[in-house]
Amino acid sequence: MLKRTDYLTKNYGKPDGFSLQAYEASGGYRAVRRVLTMPREAVVEEAKKAHVRGRGGAGFDCGTKWSFMPKPGGKPHYLVINADEGEPGTFKDRTIMEQNPHAVIEGCMIGCYAIGANACYIYVRDELHLSKQRLWDAIREVRAKGYLGAQPFGNNYPIEIYVHTGAGAYICGEETALLNSLEGRRGEPRLKPPFPAQAGAFGCPTTVNNVETVAIMPTAFNLGGDAFSRLSDLHAWNDGGVRLFGVSGHVKRPGIYEAAVGLTLRELIYDLGGGIEGDRELLGFIPGGSSCPVHLPEEVVHVPNNPKFEPYNGKSLLDLPLGVDTFRTVGSMLGTCCAIVLSDAADPVIAMQNLMRFYKHESCGQCTPCREGCGWLERIFDKVVAGTATLDELDQVHDIASNITGNTICAFGDGAAQPALSFMRKYRENFEDYVQNQGRSQTGRLTL
Amino acid sequence: MAFVLNEAQERELTDILGRYPNKMAACIPALHLCQNANGNWLSPEAIQFVADRLELSSAHVKGVVTFYSLFNEHPPGKHQVWVCRTLSCALRGSDAILEHCQKRLGVAVGGTTADGRFTLRTAECLASCGTAPMMQVDKTYYESLTTEKVDRILAGLAKD
Repeated sequence: MLKRTDYLTKNYGKPDGFSLQAYEASGGYRAVRRVLTMPREAVVEEAKKAHVRGRGGAGFDCGTKWSFMPKPGGKPHYLVINADEGEPGTFKDRTIMEQNPHAVIEGCMIGCYAIGANACYIYVRDELHLSKQRLWDAIREVRAKGYLGAQPFGNNYPIEIYVHTGAGAYICGEETALLNSLEGRRGEPRLKPPFPAQAGAFGCPTTVNNVETVAIMPTAFNLGGDAFSRLSDLHAWNDGGVRLFGVSGHVKRPGIYEAAVGLTLRELIYDLGGGIEGDRELLGFIPGGSSCPVHLPEEVVHVPNNPKFEPYNGKSLLDLPLGVDTFRTVGSMLGTCCAIVLSDAADPVIAMQNLMRFYKHESCGQCTPCREGCGWLERIFDKVVAGTATLDELDQVHDIASNITGNTICAFGDGAAQPALSFMRKYRENFEDYVQNQGRSQTGRLTL
Repeated sequence: MAFVLNEAQERELTDILGRYPNKMAACIPALHLCQNANGNWLSPEAIQFVADRLELSSAHVKGVVTFYSLFNEHPPGKHQVWVCRTLSCALRGSDAILEHCQKRLGVAVGGTTADGRFTLRTAECLASCGTAPMMQVDKTYYESLTTEKVDRILAGLAKD
């Protein structure tokens, strides 16, 4: 159900809305003041009650992740924030860093305290120059105030926050690649275990959180974990609170919208997004970043033996509340909750070619199935578009993609295979039309 | 000629080193600093400089430089233009924007104009999907582009 909120976005678009003054005027830095006087365990418990599912794509519960950290006292602990936003279709974290940087900083402070860390690195992709500047400015502002540093708000718990920058590599959004990059290495993912909570940054216990995940934490603590969670329609699914929803592509009002968890794609596309551009028909949608499968508007929910799905069974996927578990259970993925919308003007074959070029470009090359597979898939889709592919090669797509899935160190391989498999399955006749008629009856373009 | 940093840049390097528990972690920020100080590219001397200062092998630093797409091993034009072409931008006309840039600048993707003023590149998703199509010029994002807007932006940069 559509319930718009403005916890994170209140000051978006206002002149100086990103300043400390504006943030404090709307209740900023209240939560961390209280948190720093609470026992660490109580902070983690409160976070668990908020049911903040990781906003970076994997949807892991943030409080639970914090609880995996060992007891402080051994090696130093680190909090690392993943601000390497680059998943195609995703542009929410950038808005927070640019327009509400103090929410990120306050969230980092709460996170540091919860996991027993005294240092936090915010890993921002290099291209986001304004985000980096706003974060550094925010850090300087609160340091000068004594909120951050040796004695935040007079408490004997030193916290330092640094902005670290990447240098152009999508794979650094994968948490272990990000840690390698933070350590000054090539951004190649690491084998897990050890998990970051055991041996992360600099071989020390580390938690990696998404920007939005920590930025919403001050709100969760201000409202109280349980009350925050109950804002969501999916509170009973342990998917709490509010989040940022993005919509891009062929909608009339692309953008970022804050709302309670449980919004449906129909509400995102038609109510918030204003509907399909040119009032055309919906061809398909990708729920949360390009690594999620593509879906057709006629797809319906079918999970017959799960009572939780009773209200949704038989309904369109467009009417299923956007949640981590709701979408996972129907074989999709919520991802970053930023949907890409294709109208019937778009040619799904060209869209597939576009995405596979991206994955080929961004594969780090460490694992053979992904490095070779992405290149192979790209070449096949290029041939399809050129009208020189065979039906056998279309079948090969399934074979290649299935051989990437599960055979690589990180989830990038699955993220590349997923769109290939779903586009092929759902738009098979469009692909075949390219093989048999050089795509003459397809639009051959992506724009309206 | 050996690569050196000026006094202010040296202070910045010291500041960067102070943020991390070891020197290696300063590798990427130090490379950015040197690239900015060196006309936007990393010469073999600059790579050696970073290796020496961070007590790393030059092979390690070179490995880092070649991994990331924003480190240049050859001098680019004065202004670097990246046109985003990933799906969300492509759905809103990035192909036309790219074609227009190529025509206007008279270079193919990857090329630098004869006067050395512009290098044209493509970028993969720059997290600006809600204001597509978009391009980045040096450190600035230009969003919700039209070909007329591109003309104004490039004309402004051609003069400075």
